[in-house]
Amino acid sequence: MAAVLWLGHNTWINLKQRGIQSGFDFLSDTAGFDIGETFLISFDGSQAYWQAFLVGVLNTLKVSACGLVMASFLGVMVGLGRSSVRPLFKLICSTYIELIRNIPLMIQLLMWYVLLVEFLPPSTEPYSWFNHIYLSQEGLAYPGLLWLQSTDPSGAILSLWVWDRPIFDAQGVHGEFNFSPEFLSLAVALSLYTSAFIAEIVRAGIQSVAKGQVEAAQSLALTPWQIQRWVVLPQAARMIAPPLTNQYLNLVKNSSLAVVVGYPDVVNIANTALNQTGRALECISILMGVYLMFSLAIALVMNRTNYKARQYLQRGDDITSNKVPARS
Amino acid sequence: MNTLRPSQESALAENNKSISHVYTWVAARSAPQAKDRVIALLLRLRHYITTQPFEALFSLGLAILVLQLLSLALNWGVIHAVFQVDESACQSARGEGACWGVIGEKFRMILWGRFPYQEQWRSATACCLILAILALSVNPRAWTPRLKPFTLGAWVVTALAFHTLMAGSFLGLRFFQIWPPVDTELWGGLPLTLILSLGSIALATPLGIVLALGRTSDMPIVRSICVIYIELVRGVPLISVLFMASFMFPLLLPSLQTPDVLLRVLLGITLFSAAYTAEVVRGGLQAVDHGQLEAAQSLSLGYWQTQRCVILPQALAHIIPGMVNNFIAIFKDTSLVTIVSLYELTGSLGLALNGDANWRPYKLEGYLFIAAIYFVFCFTLSRISRNLESRLARR
Repeated sequence: MAAVLWLGHNTWINLKQRGIQSGFDFLSDTAGFDIGETFLISFDGSQAYWQAFLVGVLNTLKVSACGLVMASFLGVMVGLGRSSVRPLFKLICSTYIELIRNIPLMIQLLMWYVLLVEFLPPSTEPYSWFNHIYLSQEGLAYPGLLWLQSTDPSGAILSLWVWDRPIFDAQGVHGEFNFSPEFLSLAVALSLYTSAFIAEIVRAGIQSVAKGQVEAAQSLALTPWQIQRWVVLPQAARMIAPPLTNQYLNLVKNSSLAVVVGYPDVVNIANTALNQTGRALECISILMGVYLMFSLAIALVMNRTNYKARQYLQRGDDITSNKVPARS
Repeated sequence: MNTLRPSQESALAENNKSISHVYTWVAARSAPQAKDRVIALLLRLRHYITTQPFEALFSLGLAILVLQLLSLALNWGVIHAVFQVDESACQSARGEGACWGVIGEKFRMILWGRFPYQEQWRSATACCLILAILALSVNPRAWTPRLKPFTLGAWVVTALAFHTLMAGSFLGLRFFQIWPPVDTELWGGLPLTLILSLGSIALATPLGIVLALGRTSDMPIVRSICVIYIELVRGVPLISVLFMASFMFPLLLPSLQTPDVLLRVLLGITLFSAAYTAEVVRGGLQAVDHGQLEAAQSLSLGYWQTQRCVILPQALAHIIPGMVNNFIAIFKDTSLVTIVSLYELTGSLGLALNGDANWRPYKLEGYLFIAAIYFVFCFTLSRISRNLESRLARR
């Protein structure tokens, strides 16, 4: 307690001495910097700091959500392959896991960024798939549905969904929908890195399922896929859920590495705001608050899912148990 | 042997006849021939590969993909690569093959950072010392009761020697000046990575143990403080803690006493990883049987005696693999300090290549080089952790 008071006292004196202003009032000031990439809401330099932070939070959410989906899918696949009986799958999957787990995410992220920015062709000669998807140094342009709204001369409002696809001409690729190389490298690095950890969790979960279960399923002539889908995975899920929550939390926290490739996530915005206003205390506490909120939200959702799953499985146990119903 | 009476004999014969009615006797198998060996081989192949058409297609696709990636890597990294320190050759091979010459040109900058060029042998010696003592102490025999004091003593000596070599004077005292002094700001590369990770491991482990004890204690205030600390720290990314270390620590301490950035960052990583260490230790504490605690209490041992002599030795033995995994995580995490401008391996690579327009394009090769260094360390540690795990499981 005394230590906390002492630290607080020091901070107060230091802030006084250096003439540093404090308080969160700067949030409504004009930000004065542009953000290259926005999600859901638009932003320009004339808007306030709090809006910049909001854009950062949304960008963090976007990359984390993409990473979560890809990492889960890849992780389960690699985990299944790692616990397969086929030597080919085993070898490939365990090499993948060992390679990815033992190299810091930071370096993997930087490598992906260099690969995307320097080794891909320039925007004037992109890789293209079916003239709908273009991959170049400028990023990945993809088609999508666009909500268009306009007023015709008579004053009626026209609005409709339009299938919009990127256009490729002499100047390069233009399109409404584009993943920047910063986003791509971050999403790819995060999902590959996390997938290796998820794969190990999945493998441990599968190993924890009693061997008799698989043998029983085999004797019922289920195919290998059916065995995994209906017998092994549902039982492994109970073991997998808690450490999986941890990995999801790690993924969201690791998305803060965006700052090294310049993806405008909440850390990047906080860093810029900190350098512009000098309000270290405020910016860092906003940053920590945002991540704490994310962590809390994921923990809540996963606990809830876990609880529901447990309830569901419990019910299953009752049905299959040998309990003789009491006679009335 | 009993002799059978005639009536029994006839019954047996009757029985045999009825058996041969029911069963047809099968002749013994002949010795395996070449044909059978082929069949056995095919059966084994079926186990290794598959007979399912879908799986076969999938395996084929995967194998082709992996082979393509391998050939791409081989083409780029070996066949078309330039191994000499030859800038014009690298320039002409650009895009086609790797330029490993960049490592030969820049490896001193990458490994030792901004350390004065003439004095870099000191960095190298310091690293070798640390690596040697590490290699000695991962051997479980170094931690037997008889050798433990010697191992700990060797660690203290190594730490002092490391600091003396890097700073140029014993304990940083001007009086014991041996070599030209080097400011901690100029430390970089591998020695910085090692000192940051080992230093924070050494500091975070006791702090983590204390936090774990606090979290499992009966005192509500202590417990809630520890729970709040652990959960708060585990909820935020390391980057925010590093920002705090570089921007906020100077504000927290009395003015005129700003500790240097290395110390601040070391403290930041320590505070961060202590929370994770605490969770690992808590797992070990929970694994110790409750009867142990009761037995210690019935011997009227006090709290600290109980923890030190009964609970902790058992708990720590349980969690050695978990702790090694934690060490690996800390080691990898040190790569983040480049964000607050400390030039450890990752940072010093940027330093080496960004400033030189001729060699700047060959960053990927540089990243692969330091990735290999990290991989060797982490892979070795994880193997050790796995060995310890199986050793513990056998016990």
